[in-house]
Amino acid sequence: MNALAVADSGRALARRKARRRLTARPLSVIGLVGVVVVVLVALLANWISPHDPTLPNFGQVLAPPGAGGHLLGTDQLGRDVLSRLFYGSRTTLVAGVLATVLGTLVAVPIGLVAGYFRGWTDVVISRLVDVVLAFPFLIFAVGLAAILGPSLRNVVLALGVAQIPGVIRVVRGEVFAQRELEYVQAEVVNGTPTRTIMFRHILPNVLNPVVVQTSLAVPATIVGAAILSFLGLGVQPPTADWGTMLSDAENYLGQAPWLGVFPGVAIFLTTLCFNLFGDGLRDALDPTAR
Amino acid sequence: MTRLVLYRVGSALITLLLASIVVFLAVRALPGGPAEALSAESNDPAVLKAINHKYGFDQPLVPQYFRWLGQAVTGNFGTSPNSGLSVSSTLLNDLPVTLELAVLALLVAVVIGIPAGVLSARRPGGALDSVGSTGALAGLSIPHFWFGILLILGLSVELKWLPAAGFVPIVPDPLGNLEHMLMPAVVLGTGIAAVVMRQTRSSVITAMSSDYVRTARAKGLSEWDVIGHHALRNSLITVVTVIGLQLGALIGGVVTVEQVFGIPGVGKLTLDSVYDRDYPTLQGVVLLTALGYVVTNLIVDLVYSVLNPRIRVAGGAQ
Repeated sequence: MNALAVADSGRALARRKARRRLTARPLSVIGLVGVVVVVLVALLANWISPHDPTLPNFGQVLAPPGAGGHLLGTDQLGRDVLSRLFYGSRTTLVAGVLATVLGTLVAVPIGLVAGYFRGWTDVVISRLVDVVLAFPFLIFAVGLAAILGPSLRNVVLALGVAQIPGVIRVVRGEVFAQRELEYVQAEVVNGTPTRTIMFRHILPNVLNPVVVQTSLAVPATIVGAAILSFLGLGVQPPTADWGTMLSDAENYLGQAPWLGVFPGVAIFLTTLCFNLFGDGLRDALDPTAR
Repeated sequence: MTRLVLYRVGSALITLLLASIVVFLAVRALPGGPAEALSAESNDPAVLKAINHKYGFDQPLVPQYFRWLGQAVTGNFGTSPNSGLSVSSTLLNDLPVTLELAVLALLVAVVIGIPAGVLSARRPGGALDSVGSTGALAGLSIPHFWFGILLILGLSVELKWLPAAGFVPIVPDPLGNLEHMLMPAVVLGTGIAAVVMRQTRSSVITAMSSDYVRTARAKGLSEWDVIGHHALRNSLITVVTVIGLQLGALIGGVVTVEQVFGIPGVGKLTLDSVYDRDYPTLQGVVLLTALGYVVTNLIVDLVYSVLNPRIRVAGGAQ
């Protein structure tokens, strides 16, 4: 009991230190601010969008930025690009964050089991992981999305499943190392139930690398979702989505180049901010890495 | 050491065998059978049945799988119902295009990534390092397909310097070929350049604080001799490993880049066979991708353990 209390206060101290390291780097703070802005835009899209994102206006097709009250112009159906960008942040965040979180939630217990029990359990799990990892991430996601059919839900499923093996590997490796440490051996000798050792004692100690991997997986997943939609295997029209907007834009690059610029800027800045924040988080949680 | 090699090769073979089952089953789970795709004009059940029978799609899965695997091992992936050509001839036709693209992309990655990494490592935290590291982060964050669209907008639509899309074979027209490959290679190369830069930077920084670099400095070598001949050369092992491990990203990137620039390589073949529900081609191309990926990872793994005695000893004890 006493030992646990000490451990908890030690953890609180470590957390405070990590927070200080994170906020000491201007780039990480910029990343965090950017992430917050995107989340706010997604939440407030209803209120801040000047127009209906899916309402066609054939009287004003391919209007350049600034024309007729459309700050970023209109697309081939006369829809307001700015409003579509605001709404598009929703599908982007849902796909990027939800897929990563779901994948991680499934992968962590599996990795914990593989790393703790070792032997046959580990052989079977690791072999399955190897098989999925035999396919490059995007090929696997494209195949899965093609099987499941094009929709936002299936994009989340495909990208979520595609990242399970990577997380399992990280968790398994960490648990492997932790399992040999004295605090685990002590609990085993004490007769602590296995489940308690795994989730109460080992899990908190392997969480940092998982958090780092997750935060850096979000931007990769956001790009993956945009690619699936761009290829026609993801979000379907008329829903506003950055990948779909770019795929439409490809046919009008000559007449309306802005259509090919703005959605890409949105994807780029969003992934950049997530990457900056993730990098900062990694350095804050694991100062020895890098 | 022999045991380690045998163990790794054995597990790679098992992985590939299981992967072939995944490919086989996954392709059959695609919505809408190939017969439906082929007989778009006629929905006659007799026609569907004839097509299914002709390609063996009406047989039980297990014999179908073994027949397919047996042929695949000998390089026969069947015939595409859509084009009527043998899958292996299509693959052989498209593979060189993709390999050329990959080689050019790696060239771009190395030419940008290694010098940028060395320059950043000279003074960590300095102005050059900030520019380099931020640039690498931007290179990692920029989606391939959008970067491609931007280049097309700038260099093709606006400046009309390079053709927007398409492909010219290298044999009769090497210059035209390069014109078409330049933008795709740059797009594909920048993401990898970012990874190469980061790895070079951190390896060189580590090397700079080592004893042999201090000795080199003490000998009175110039700063560039110290970096070029001592710090960088020892860092290259990990850099090469990291480049090898970028193959997955490279293959994924090839799919979108070939689609954006209309290059008839393996990536476009993969997507087209997904769109057309071309079962035999899809199976062949995905299996080939997995083979290439697993074999490269195996080679990187083995080369790395040969070069790094700590892994060699630990692995040999297994």
